[in-house]
Amino acid sequence: MKILIPTPLRSYCGERQEVEADGATLEEVLADLDRRYPGIRFRMIDEQDAIRRHIRIFVNRDQVRTLDVPLRSSDQVIVLQALSGG
Amino acid sequence: MRTSASTRSAHPVAATGSVALLVATRKGAFMLKADKGRRTWKTAGPMFFGHIVHHMILDPRDRHTLLLAARTGHLGPSVFRSTDLGRNWKEAAKPPAFPKAGEGQKGRVVDHVFWLTPGHRDEPNVWYAGTSPQGLFRSEDGGDTWAPVSGFNDHPMYSRWTGGEQDGTPDGPKLHSIAIDPRDPRHLYIAMSSGGVFESTDMGAGWTPLNSGCSADFLPDPHPEYGHDPHCLRLHPIAPDILYQQNHCGIYRMERPSGKWVRIGASMPKRVGDIGFPMVLHPRDPAMAWVFPMDGTSVWPRTSPGGKPAAYVTRNSGRTWQRLDAGLPRSQGWFTVKRQAMSADAHDPVGVYFGTTSGEIWGSRNEGAKWSCLARHLPHIFAIEAAELGK
Repeated sequence: MKILIPTPLRSYCGERQEVEADGATLEEVLADLDRRYPGIRFRMIDEQDAIRRHIRIFVNRDQVRTLDVPLRSSDQVIVLQALSGG
Repeated sequence: MRTSASTRSAHPVAATGSVALLVATRKGAFMLKADKGRRTWKTAGPMFFGHIVHHMILDPRDRHTLLLAARTGHLGPSVFRSTDLGRNWKEAAKPPAFPKAGEGQKGRVVDHVFWLTPGHRDEPNVWYAGTSPQGLFRSEDGGDTWAPVSGFNDHPMYSRWTGGEQDGTPDGPKLHSIAIDPRDPRHLYIAMSSGGVFESTDMGAGWTPLNSGCSADFLPDPHPEYGHDPHCLRLHPIAPDILYQQNHCGIYRMERPSGKWVRIGASMPKRVGDIGFPMVLHPRDPAMAWVFPMDGTSVWPRTSPGGKPAAYVTRNSGRTWQRLDAGLPRSQGWFTVKRQAMSADAHDPVGVYFGTTSGEIWGSRNEGAKWSCLARHLPHIFAIEAAELGK
């Protein structure tokens, strides 16, 4: 499925805005994403498997807050990052 | 208080190689390189532009490998490694992270890697990292993969030693000042803000508080076993039985095997006091150290007292102190110098350097007798490390 990557994380995937990853849940998709682009997962998901404070993940138009969300291959995962602060 | 010969482990000669300053800032990392006379400096960078870089260290065991601790305002923390002095970087495959908590339990999360220390010279690929919240991590493969030092992180007293989130510094409680006895890789010291100084003699398996004699005057009991606020701990490299610390409650010195701190800051001028963040030791004379006092009165402005910045040096283990302000602003100089932002090279005479939160780097190539501004207009400086580059 398609994963949209925010600018701060694009250095992990050749500066691409859109990449592919597979899995039946968000957890599996992020694991596959990390296999393809090592290190990217830990920058947005902490060691307790929580989405980091200023990261937002949407499946299609719905924001998700945990990684156990089931996904279909037609879904689109959108990773967003707040750019607040100075 | 002179150091006895029995406490010394080596007598290194003065360095003669090129000096670089490794500068970690809130917006990236920079490197200042000196000419042979340390008279002119060139600034290179930024590296990791826009990233929050807390520490950048050159491995003294090979003098070309750099480790750097970074995060951004919103992405998680990581460690990066360069084997060509910063031209190319590779991210750690497994950055420092606490273990995943069991079902229903609240796990700890590394907010940022604050401190990096190369391992003992006999352990060439070993590194240690200190984090916020307080965590100690060890790498045995040059910084590529990191494992928690569970002897500390999971110690039954961990919560009591480290306190709660309200006990730490405003940007998070930190484990810092990881020091390794050059005679014994199993002998480690750490310091925590908050928590105090702790010692391990078995490579981190067990730990004991080392705070006797040190004040914690912000607590109901001003002399507790732990809960202190060391800002910077230094172990002398050639006299490793001698420790110094700049603490929230003054400047202290300890000479082992005694486990008692002596407040050597009591001999500082009363109008200046002995509060500050950094402390730097002379690489060859264990009786000599520099501090950079700050205003720790009322609401703790943490700036140079009276707007008149100065370093102070002791040449007799803290019995007396001398003000070193030649070349620094005479007034309206409200410097804040953080705990990692002062460093010394190993030349003769020693070069001493500090960076300010307002982005200036000042240096002296004559042990603080005369200062000059080496760089300005940089971002908020967290850390400066003087390093001798390899050939």
